[in-house]
Amino acid sequence: MTTFTCPAPIAANDTILLGHGSGGKLSADLLRDIFLPAFANPLLSRLEDQAIFEIAGARLAFTTDSFVVKPLFFHGGDIGSLAVHGTVNDLAMGGARPLALSAAFILEEGFSLADLRRVVDSMAQAAARAGVSIVTGDTKVVERGSGDGVYINTAGIGLVAEGVNLSASNARPGDAVILSGAIGDHGAAILTHREGLELDGAIASDSAPLHDLVDAIFAVTRDIRALRDPTRGGLASTLNEIAAQSRVGIELRESAIPVHEAVRGACEVLGLDTLYVANEGKLVAIAPAEKAEAIVAAMRRHPLGEESAVIGTVTPRDPGLVTMRTAFGTTRIVDMLAGDQLPRIC
Amino acid sequence: MKYLDEYRDAGLARALAERIRRRVTRPWVLMEICGGQTHTIMRCGLPELLPSEIELVDGPGCPVCVTPLEIVDRAIEIAGRPGVIFVSYGDMLRVPGSRSDLFRVKAAGADVRIAYSPMEAVRIARENPHRPVVFFAIGFETTAPANAMAVRQAKREGLENFSVLVSHMLVPPAMRMILRSLANRVQAFIAPGHVCSVMGFREYEVLSAEFRVPIVVGGFEPVDLLESIAMLVDQLEDGRAGLENQYSRLVTRTGSAPARRIMEEVFEVTDRQWRGIGPIPASGYRLREAYTAFDAERLYGAGTIRAAEPPECIAARVMQGLKKPADCPAFATRCTPGHPLGASMVSSEGACAAYYAYRRHTAPEVPA
Repeated sequence: MTTFTCPAPIAANDTILLGHGSGGKLSADLLRDIFLPAFANPLLSRLEDQAIFEIAGARLAFTTDSFVVKPLFFHGGDIGSLAVHGTVNDLAMGGARPLALSAAFILEEGFSLADLRRVVDSMAQAAARAGVSIVTGDTKVVERGSGDGVYINTAGIGLVAEGVNLSASNARPGDAVILSGAIGDHGAAILTHREGLELDGAIASDSAPLHDLVDAIFAVTRDIRALRDPTRGGLASTLNEIAAQSRVGIELRESAIPVHEAVRGACEVLGLDTLYVANEGKLVAIAPAEKAEAIVAAMRRHPLGEESAVIGTVTPRDPGLVTMRTAFGTTRIVDMLAGDQLPRIC
Repeated sequence: MKYLDEYRDAGLARALAERIRRRVTRPWVLMEICGGQTHTIMRCGLPELLPSEIELVDGPGCPVCVTPLEIVDRAIEIAGRPGVIFVSYGDMLRVPGSRSDLFRVKAAGADVRIAYSPMEAVRIARENPHRPVVFFAIGFETTAPANAMAVRQAKREGLENFSVLVSHMLVPPAMRMILRSLANRVQAFIAPGHVCSVMGFREYEVLSAEFRVPIVVGGFEPVDLLESIAMLVDQLEDGRAGLENQYSRLVTRTGSAPARRIMEEVFEVTDRQWRGIGPIPASGYRLREAYTAFDAERLYGAGTIRAAEPPECIAARVMQGLKKPADCPAFATRCTPGHPLGASMVSSEGACAAYYAYRRHTAPEVPA
């Protein structure tokens, strides 16, 4: 079949849109047109969530992430715990146990010290629970109006488990696609908070460190092709990246993908598709089919993987395309979005 | 979710598809009017469940798609003025005008905000008395009552800084235009359930009788749509042509009287330009004389902006059921949701965009 990519080139006089931060096609354009050509090197061009390199016989993973979430405090977490979990998870998706984190704060003039203390305490607790220390940092203050209270950047290094070689370009036809639990909790928690939706039973973010769950997988087998945490852009964007980088098709089964009832309801009201809603405590594993059952069983024994399931398979058909077998027995495409999801008018 | 899950039931859907399969004896062309219905049909892959005799064509009922380029350009121009707070339904923001879109003017410094309801725009106007607040009042009869209510509320409160840029469309005149066309292929319609929940279905009874065409008022879930198709196929195979109501859980013959009253108080019928289709007489709303103080077109200078559609775009024929998205040589190559050439690719509810997002893997190859 023909490939349907028709990227509109970023013109010199164009500007940054919010969609460039969505994790969708616009984000990919930014990488391709601005960052990758400028920084070109073999570690970066692998396009993983972390760089992995060898120093004195040890394989280290190195990653960084910035956090600009609004509201700063939400049900199930806050910007502080998120900043720890996000970077721990980017390391874990490279098969690494976190060793140390950095934390940099961009504070807005006028931000309440009590709120800052709350955020920092939450970071400290999250780091302690994840068994990692925050060993270096930085603070800057910007004028009132130039920030949203606080932005946090964290970076992390971790030690990659032996015998593990994970990459989004490793998926092979026949592999199983495993998901660690229900999708959309984090994004739905943030959006319902932002829109002031009063729902029966607030939706809590799933923000959590995933390296222990990854260890549970490695206890079954280290023969895993790829691990990814489907954060911004959701499950759909993550799977599209894997399909594109591995040049394979991915076929999902709609009925196998868990979604919590409250999240489904919230997304229905907001006119959003849960497949594109962010997660902060879920992972996708691509693994050889014959090991899938044992992996899922091990994941289900872990508190962060109780709803784990095989949700689809990697196929040789339609390379780069993610499709879904619907509950009606029909097939549809699960596309990469251009930018953020927009609520529909009716 | 109650009232939703039963209309997404796979077993029911398959049973309805089987009922249609047993009933159908020859080819029929059916049109669903509303973009929301198109979206469900594509997303659920309903054409795969139907016998090959049933051809579904996608109607002109995506409000974002048919909003004229000139109005989008005007919205962009108003949003870019100093001090203006421009408020819009989310999916209008990405719609390209001739040179820019609302996301880009936002990035350039304009205060553009997304709202789920026009009453949010009224609240913003109340909270920012020294700044002009403009709401982009688009859509069909479905959004018109809420938009009318916002204008009436602003008038009652004396909010002099609130105005609306109106581009309201009406469904029946567009159906009439399709039915009158000599090239028309459509033999039966699924009428838009949400529009009828406001307007009732008396106008559709008139259309059905006048053109001897079966019309079923349909809902938006897969089971709703399959049931509507089954009801239309029954009529077609029986040689009947009448109005039936599948969406009876929401729609009555007379619709919502309070909603219509407020629309009639605030709006009056006018000729409207439809993007991709052209002018249709008496096919939209504008503000009545008593409410012109809230008319953004008057406040910000009227109609000097002219814009032309790309000549290769076949959206007009797609939205009248004469062509399928994949018939277009530009489809999925020069025309994509990221770079739309015309009306039916600009919103996720447009026929071309929905086909691109969910069904392009089934498209026959078209030479570029």
